[in-house]
Amino acid sequence: MSNVIVIEPGRQELNYWRDLWRYRELFYVLAWRDVAVRYKQTVIGAAWAVIRPFLTMVVFTVVFGRIAKLPSDGSAPYPLMVFAGMLPWTFFSTGLSEASASLIGNANLISKVYFPRLIVPTATVVVAFVDFLVSFGILVGMMVWYRFLPGWQVVFLPAFVVFAFIASIGPGLWVTALNVKYRDFRYVIPFIVQFGLYVSPVGFSSHVVPAQWRLLYSLNPLVGVIDGFRWCVLGGQSKLYLPGLAVSAAVAVFFLWFGIRRFRKTEASFADLI
Amino acid sequence: MPPPVISVERLSKRYLVGHRAERGGSSTYTALRDVMGRELRNAVRKAADVVRGRQVVQGDAVEEFWALNDVSFEVQEGEVLGIIGRNGAGKSTLLKILSRITEPTAGRVTLRGRVASLLEVGTGFHPELTGRENIYLNGAILGMSRAEIRKKFDEIVAFAEVEKFLDTPVKRYSSGMYVRLAFAVAAHLEPEILVVDEVLAVGDAEFQKKCLGKMDEVSRRDGRTVLVVSHNMGLVTSLCRGALWLDRGVMREQGTAEHVVGRYLARSAQGQEHLIRLDDRERPSFVRDDRLRCVALEWVSSLPLRHGEPVKARLHFKVRAPVSDVSAMIGFNSIEGPRVLTYHMDGGKASRHDFGCPGEYSVDLDIDAMILGPHHYSLDVGFRSGNIHLLDFIRDWTQLEVVAGPETPAEIAHAAPHASTGVRLVGSWSWEEPSGELEVVASGPQNLREAGARRRA
Repeated sequence: MSNVIVIEPGRQELNYWRDLWRYRELFYVLAWRDVAVRYKQTVIGAAWAVIRPFLTMVVFTVVFGRIAKLPSDGSAPYPLMVFAGMLPWTFFSTGLSEASASLIGNANLISKVYFPRLIVPTATVVVAFVDFLVSFGILVGMMVWYRFLPGWQVVFLPAFVVFAFIASIGPGLWVTALNVKYRDFRYVIPFIVQFGLYVSPVGFSSHVVPAQWRLLYSLNPLVGVIDGFRWCVLGGQSKLYLPGLAVSAAVAVFFLWFGIRRFRKTEASFADLI
Repeated sequence: MPPPVISVERLSKRYLVGHRAERGGSSTYTALRDVMGRELRNAVRKAADVVRGRQVVQGDAVEEFWALNDVSFEVQEGEVLGIIGRNGAGKSTLLKILSRITEPTAGRVTLRGRVASLLEVGTGFHPELTGRENIYLNGAILGMSRAEIRKKFDEIVAFAEVEKFLDTPVKRYSSGMYVRLAFAVAAHLEPEILVVDEVLAVGDAEFQKKCLGKMDEVSRRDGRTVLVVSHNMGLVTSLCRGALWLDRGVMREQGTAEHVVGRYLARSAQGQEHLIRLDDRERPSFVRDDRLRCVALEWVSSLPLRHGEPVKARLHFKVRAPVSDVSAMIGFNSIEGPRVLTYHMDGGKASRHDFGCPGEYSVDLDIDAMILGPHHYSLDVGFRSGNIHLLDFIRDWTQLEVVAGPETPAEIAHAAPHASTGVRLVGSWSWEEPSGELEVVASGPQNLREAGARRRA
C-alpha cells in the first residue's frame, strides 16, 4: 500500500511540509471561501477596501502634511507618499488580525478534520491580499491624477509584497497559536494594529526620524516594508536606507521562523484546546 | 496474511480536568479572604503554566482523566468494525486520534492508506455559500481534489436530490436537504479507510437507508475499511462484521458484532441503576432553550422492568426561569432504531404545569402494566412548553432491558432478547357461546348478538 501513516505522541511529523503541499487545494478553497464570504453580504463589497485606506490617507495628509507640516519624500506629492505607505500597512494589519482570529473562527474544522493547521491562517492572508490589489488600483489612479511616473524601481514591488506577507504572517502565526490557548490575545491584536499605525512611518516619511535613530527604528519590520514600497512607487524621490532595510528584513524573517516554530509546537493540541 | 490496515498498539490519551476544591461544612457564604487567596494561587499557577508552555486548566485542583487507556486492536482490509460503548467511553477520542485531529498521550497507531473521517455531517459548510460552492468546499476539507469533485459532481447532486437548489445559499436549505447534501459529499470520498461517527442519527428514515446501503457498498464492493461508532445496536449488527466495546477508556470486548453486542446489552441491562443522571448528557443542537433542564430519571419501581407489571418512573428536573404549560415525555426506542412507545401529556391542558419560580421539581409517570415485550430498548426524554416549544431533549441515552413477567408466555420470553417482541397489549376480549348453528347474518356484533338472542327465545 502506498502511504503508511504512523501516529505517535510528540511525533514531529517528517512529512509535514509534504502534507502541506498535498493539501494545497484546501488552501485555495479556504482562501476563495473567505474572499467569497467577505464580499457576499456587503452592499458595496470591494469598495470597503477602497474607502478605508483612502479616508485614512486624507486624514493623515491633513494632519501630518498640512497641520504638522512634515516634509514629503523629495518632490513627491504628500498624499501619494502617504498612500504608498498606507497600502503595505493595511495589508499587514488586515493580514495580522484576520490570521490571528482564523483558528478560533474555524474551530469546527479544527475539531473535526485533520489537515496541516498552517493552512488556515495563511489562507486568510489571501483575503488581505485581495483587498491590497483593489486599493492598489487607487494608487494607480492617484498617480495618473498627479501625473507621477514611477522609475525603474517599480519592478521590485513584488519582492516587497512578499516582504509584507512575511512580516504579517510571522507574528500572525505566533498570535494565532497563543490565541487558541489564551483568548486574551484577541484584545491584544486591535491594540497592536492601532498602536503600530502611529509607530510605523505611515502618515509621515521615515526620513524625518533623526539619522542616529534610524537603525533602531528599523527594528520595526514595517519600517523596511513601507520604505521599500515608497522607494518602488515614488522612484528616485524616496531614497532607500539599506542598513535599515536589512535590519527590518532580518526581524521579519526571525518572526516568521519564530511564528512557525511556536505554531508547530502548539498545533498538535489545538483540537483539545479549542 | 497482509498486514492489517489499522493497527493500534497500547493507545492512551490523557486529558487534564480542573476542579473547584470542595470546601467543608456549609458553604453558603465565602469569605473574601478565601476567594482572594484562591484566585491568587490560581493566577500564580496559570502564569507558571503560561511560562512553561503547558496547558492552562481552570479550577483549583487538576485531575488526570484517561479517555483511552491501553487500547490495542487490529483491523484487516475491507473489514467494517463497529465501536460501541456508553457516552464518555472514549469512542470519539479514539476516532479523533485515528483521524489525526488530536495526538495520543502514549501508544502508536499505524494506518496503511488514506483516511477520511466523518465525525460530523457538513463539516465546514458555510451558510452564506450556495450548494454548489459548498460541495467544492466540503470536498476539499474532506481531502478531495477539485478534479475528483468535478468528476463526481453530478453523482453527488443526484444522490443528495438537491438539483433545483444548487445555486441557493445553504442557509435557506431545510435541515433535511442540508444533511443529504453533506452526506452525499462524504459518501463519494474514496479513501482506503473511512471513519464515521454516528452521522446516521440524522436525516429521515429513507435517507438513512440510502446511507447504510452506500456504506455497505463501499466496504463490500470496493474492499474499503470502515470504522463506525454508533449507539444503534441494530445498525452495528447489520452493518459490521466485527465490533469493539469500550468502557471508560478500556477495551472490554472484541469479536464478532453479534457476540460483542450481545455481551454489551447483557451487561448494560445488568448494571441498571435506579437513578440515572441526565444533566451531563449532551443535548442535540436543536435544544436551544435553557429554562428547564432534566436532571435525572429515577426508577421508583424495582428493576429490571418486567413485562406486564406496573412501572413507576420519576423525572427530576431543574427550572431556571419561569416557564409555563410544561409537559414531559418518555419514549422507548427499539434497539433496532425506531420509536416503539411514547408516554406523553398531550391533548389537554389539565396535566400540564406552570412553574413560576426556579427550583428543583419532579414529575412521576405511573404505568399500570409494561406493555413492551421483553427486549432491549433505549430511552428518549423530553420536555416541552405548550405544543411546539421544545425545552429539553435527551436522545437514546441509555440501554434498558424489559424482561419477561410472570404472565409472559414462555416462547416470547425465550425469543427475547434476540428478537423484538413488539408491544404486547391486553385487549378487551369477550367470549360468546353460540348455542346453535351460526347463522350467516349481516356483519356486526350487534346483529350477531340479536341473532343469538332470537335463537334462544
